[in-house]
Amino acid sequence: MLNMSALKLSDAVRAKKLGVAEAVRAYLDKAAGNGHNAFLTVDGERALARAGAVQARLDAGELLSPLAGVPIALKDNITTAGVRTTCASKMLGGYVPVYNATVVEKLERAGLVVMGKLNMDEFAMGGSSETGAFGPVRNPWDVSRVAGGSSGGSAAAVAGGEIPIALGSDTGGSIRQPCSFCGVTGIKPTYGSVSRYGLIAYASSLDQIGPVGQSVEDCAALLSVISGPDEKDSTCVTGKAFDFGRDIPEKLDGFVIGLPRNYFGGGIDGAVRQAVLAAAEELEDAGGRVEEFEMPLMDYVIPAYYIIACAEASSNLSRYDGLKYGYRSASANTLSEVYRLSRSEGFGLEVKRRIMLGSFVLSSGYYDAYYKKALQTRALIKDAYDGLFKRFDMILSPVAPTTAYRLNENVDDPMKMYMGDIYTVSVNLAGLPAVSLPCGFDGKGLPVGFQLIGEAFSEKKLAAAAMAYQRRTDWHTKRPAGGEAV
Amino acid sequence: MTWETVIGLEVHAELSTKSKIFCGCTTAFGGEPNTHVCPVCSGMPGVLPRLNRAVVEYAVRLGLALGCEITRYCKFDRKNYFYPDLPKAYQVSQLYSPICRDGRLDIEAGGQAKTVGIREIHMEEDAGKLIHDAQGTFMDFNRCGVPLLEIVSQPDFRSVGEVTAYLEKLREILLYLGVCDCKMQEGSLRADVNLSVRRPDGEFGVRTEMKNLNSFKAVGRAIEFERLRQIKVLESGGRITQETRRWDDEAGESFGMRSKENAQDYRYFPEPDLLPLRIGEDWLEQIRETIPELAHQKRERYVRDFGLSGFEATVLTGHKSLSDLFEAVSERCGYPLEAARLITGEIMRLMNVTNTLPEDLALDAGKLSALVSLMMEGKINRNAYKETAEAVFMSGADPEAYISEKGLLMVNDSDAVSEAAGAVIAANPDAAADYRAGKTKAFGFLMGQVMRKLGGTANPDAVKKILKNMLDN
Repeated sequence: MLNMSALKLSDAVRAKKLGVAEAVRAYLDKAAGNGHNAFLTVDGERALARAGAVQARLDAGELLSPLAGVPIALKDNITTAGVRTTCASKMLGGYVPVYNATVVEKLERAGLVVMGKLNMDEFAMGGSSETGAFGPVRNPWDVSRVAGGSSGGSAAAVAGGEIPIALGSDTGGSIRQPCSFCGVTGIKPTYGSVSRYGLIAYASSLDQIGPVGQSVEDCAALLSVISGPDEKDSTCVTGKAFDFGRDIPEKLDGFVIGLPRNYFGGGIDGAVRQAVLAAAEELEDAGGRVEEFEMPLMDYVIPAYYIIACAEASSNLSRYDGLKYGYRSASANTLSEVYRLSRSEGFGLEVKRRIMLGSFVLSSGYYDAYYKKALQTRALIKDAYDGLFKRFDMILSPVAPTTAYRLNENVDDPMKMYMGDIYTVSVNLAGLPAVSLPCGFDGKGLPVGFQLIGEAFSEKKLAAAAMAYQRRTDWHTKRPAGGEAV
Repeated sequence: MTWETVIGLEVHAELSTKSKIFCGCTTAFGGEPNTHVCPVCSGMPGVLPRLNRAVVEYAVRLGLALGCEITRYCKFDRKNYFYPDLPKAYQVSQLYSPICRDGRLDIEAGGQAKTVGIREIHMEEDAGKLIHDAQGTFMDFNRCGVPLLEIVSQPDFRSVGEVTAYLEKLREILLYLGVCDCKMQEGSLRADVNLSVRRPDGEFGVRTEMKNLNSFKAVGRAIEFERLRQIKVLESGGRITQETRRWDDEAGESFGMRSKENAQDYRYFPEPDLLPLRIGEDWLEQIRETIPELAHQKRERYVRDFGLSGFEATVLTGHKSLSDLFEAVSERCGYPLEAARLITGEIMRLMNVTNTLPEDLALDAGKLSALVSLMMEGKINRNAYKETAEAVFMSGADPEAYISEKGLLMVNDSDAVSEAAGAVIAANPDAAADYRAGKTKAFGFLMGQVMRKLGGTANPDAVKKILKNMLDN
């Protein structure tokens, strides 16, 4: 049962071959070990109660979704009513929301069973899931290595077989990079296709919730559930939910795939380059036409991203002031001490670094030099992509320059950490969709992933290409020892 | 040497929309602390704003009434600062592209007509309130997210009189547009004053900004205080520091709060949670059609169509609740002139006596129009009219019931009048003789006696005619 894809599991549940509670119990047992520190909260009692309710609806013949009865876990920046939602921060260590995120409501309507909350980088700031206050996530392929981030818990839990499918969030690569490090599949949807209501904001103009799963098929099914308009989110502009169906194209005839030549120069691991280029060949064999090009503005994407993301973060995280909810310093006596000490003690180093960076670039006298320039750069990046998608159906690129590195290897070198986002952040700056999928292993047996990037709202086309790839390859089915079954 | 005072105003008007600017919570004033709140307006993690279209419509309505240019593609910005009454630690406002720009308001002060420039009007959310008591300070977020319009004038004022005329005219417009209830004591209309002094035709001086002005009177007093303070500083060789000052109405003076050097850096940037707002031609037209007749238009119409005096028309349009009452009464009874006289006369007198503000006036137009009709149709005389009006005003009496209960119906019965007149002539032969001898003064005395005999309800015209007849013949 634990080795089933989410769709197959739901098929079994809906065919009455498997009880919802049975499925939930099996995953609760598996997650209880929490050997990768992927879970921050496992809410067994609530999950079993939910399982009973879903079973009753199924038994009553209510037509639920193709993922009905499937246990799911959520990155801990997605708000769940009555269940603690921490953002892996001491600041929100005891925070229990009074409302559900829109995606949680949608999951419940579709009959999925939320089983727990997943570890991450604190407030989604980081690329290794080491910055959280509750310990790092460990990579199921090698527990001495990072799972990637910030949705490291989501990717590790799926890779480790602790949950069949999960939700993460992607602000600058936070779904795609941990998927690449852990050998699982993820989709970063077009900005505005999934409601952000209830996603605790890091950078509002870049954040997007998306699925992490065992295959593109599973992820596409989950994206069908969570996408669609929401009157509570003005930036959620999609007209209707994605509908992928389950028909997988055999051939990619007529697909033109752009390959950014300069992504494969210095700075990229040889094994990563090789695996990603092999994936391009595979897609060519499937009928696609691969054309090389030069990706413009490559030197500017990291600075533009960090300026915009940190600026928004500095404002978004101001509400954690020790007054209303969350951490308050016990030694604070005056109002200014409540602010200063609660925030100094409640936030971790990386969060404070980004708040300071963001406050600086927005401060008077520097706004034009930094923030405004970054916005202009962002516009240029968007224009560049617009131009590229006149030539290509999609762009194929690496997700990260390396495979998973060792725990603590990069924590003291933020610049090196930030450079790891070189292939992912421009996608967020332009609001585009991308699929991250496994395409091989390096010499150490660590997974390598690649991404397909499309124009806004082209998820269906991207999923079709990714499905064709996964039908021809079996990288996505590989599991680390202990991850395949129990 | 003389000094010229230069003043600009920032007026904050709380909008009377049903719900808040970014959520569905009520905007009602008062309520137990933290009962008009939800995750959105209390700034819980993960929430997003959703713009209330009515706020945009109200802003555009005011903008059009003030002759502003409407920004067709406008945005919101975040103003970041820490304060316990601001749960998100930023206020959503408009810095870079306010919804209305470059308007004007014509005023009249000291017999002089003047046009005051409106620099901009922008939309923003109000903050909550702190409640201090013996146990400590508490936060009440009920007011968080109540929509505000900030109306920023050009520095065009030169006197308190101009400022007051502007504020009164602006209040009148806000009321007529139905955009704001303008209750200064509840904080729904607040004004900040920017003031500097200079030598006539000299360069603008350094200005200070005064806050916490809770009445038009306080605005006037604060201006006078600050003007004199600045002149004193300058004449003794000092310099004015650009600062924000807090007016203390009880003490009658203002105190420096923070200088420009210590001013906060609000780190404004575009609000990423709201899409830019497009105001298309269709929407603009729809809003334009909702703009009601304004006070000055009503004034002209009252004089032209009803024949009211300029004074009466001005009094009636001084407050929307008065002109609403006037229009309702005159429409029902069909006697606009008399309706105007009743309201500007007896009703205004009673309001003064009872200290009733126009916005608190709760008079039934049906009852007043019935009263006017009774008078105009000769059923009661002037004395009974006044007495009944007072009963309607004070206790909401029904005019017809009151008149019949008090026996105020006018006596038109000529037999009764003749009988009374005959008795009065018989009882006062001297006076009758005097009248007949040409002393017309005696007629008044006799007339009064007849009226008295008839209990004050007689139709004076009938009494006059019959008495005269009997005396002359």
